[in-house]
Amino acid sequence: MIALLLRDLKLAFRAGGGFGLGLAFFLIVTVMVPFSVGPQSELLSRIAPGVLWLGALLACLLSLDRLLALDWEDGSLDLLATAPLPLESTVTIKALAHWITTGLPLVLAAPVLGVLLNLPLQGFQWLVVSLLLGTPALSVIGTFGAALTVGLKRGGLLMSLLVMPLYVPTLIFGSEVARRGAEGMAVQTPLLLLAGISAASIALLPFASAAVLRVNLR
Amino acid sequence: MTLTVTDLGVARGGIPVLEGLSFALEPGKALILRGPNGIGKTTLLRTVAGLQPPLKGRVEGAEDQIAYAAHSDGLKPTLSVAENLTFWASVFGRNGIEQALDGFDLQSLRDRQAGALSAGQKRRLGLSRMLVTGRPIWIMDEPTVSLDVNSVAMFADAVRAHLGQGGSALIATHIDLGLEAEVLDVGPYKAKPPEIDDFDGGFL
Repeated sequence: MIALLLRDLKLAFRAGGGFGLGLAFFLIVTVMVPFSVGPQSELLSRIAPGVLWLGALLACLLSLDRLLALDWEDGSLDLLATAPLPLESTVTIKALAHWITTGLPLVLAAPVLGVLLNLPLQGFQWLVVSLLLGTPALSVIGTFGAALTVGLKRGGLLMSLLVMPLYVPTLIFGSEVARRGAEGMAVQTPLLLLAGISAASIALLPFASAAVLRVNLR
Repeated sequence: MTLTVTDLGVARGGIPVLEGLSFALEPGKALILRGPNGIGKTTLLRTVAGLQPPLKGRVEGAEDQIAYAAHSDGLKPTLSVAENLTFWASVFGRNGIEQALDGFDLQSLRDRQAGALSAGQKRRLGLSRMLVTGRPIWIMDEPTVSLDVNSVAMFADAVRAHLGQGGSALIATHIDLGLEAEVLDVGPYKAKPPEIDDFDGGFL
């Protein structure tokens, strides 16, 4: 399992691995928002939590189509399926590697971009907490989408269409935590729901991903 | 560990391709599958490897015993030869890739990126993966594609050594590997086309 995680991380950091693309996308989207809504710092600070969450979600989505497709193309997915590692752990490790290379950098970059959007000072910690709790769910749900569309040529767009609706609960409660935090309100309820969504996704979806992967490998 | 296949029927894309296949593969033995293109050799091997369920019949003794080598080698172009092999060794819970590198004459290439290898070198690396798995039953699909004469001999030696250690091999190939192996022509097991009747199950 560790070997698979290390291999995926190594591949992500090597040439063409795509590390940093999601982060750069997040950066550009967030920088472009003030251009499109104009230099009204009050409005920006009000929409900042939602924009940052949406940007992080899209950046996550962008990097999903490589998650399993590359392994499918070069045949390693077949070989991994016959290896002693159960497919459930394989997809969990792949989701974890995706989170480390995409989700975690987004969490770390979000506060910096919050400054650009004039996020109120009290909102920073809740923005980071909500992303930290929510991005693992994005990775796990995304892995499920990638497993559904593995083997389809140009499956990337289809996968986005399938995954986006599944991201809705995470987005609602994640940005709600960030918004309430920024406005100085109590965050407990959406925070617990966000944590619940993440925990349930991590617990259940690897089984679903492995099951659809088995079907797709036939 | 004997691999037993009983009355096996396999399907590709929902269409039965082979049926009524039975054979047993004992330790130390190799079985060569032959048959024209499209007869279902790959489908049969994938079924035996557990990648797809059989249409009917049983495959016994394959679970967690097989190492499968498909048409594609599962190599990562940005990892070096040694990194690729080490990865597969640790996935199968083993270490030590030297024997595999020696067996397929890859020592001089060990630090080269797999993406920079020639087709034959890639294939050799893909085949050397079988040595690091430590699995007793090798299932191989056209293993000699893009190999030169020397490499084919190298491969045959590796299979012979594997059989000598009590392993077994199920190989689909068109060329003569010079192995003392049984040959199974799957041609006669071609599935009959399903009978067409007026009832269309698709409307159920």
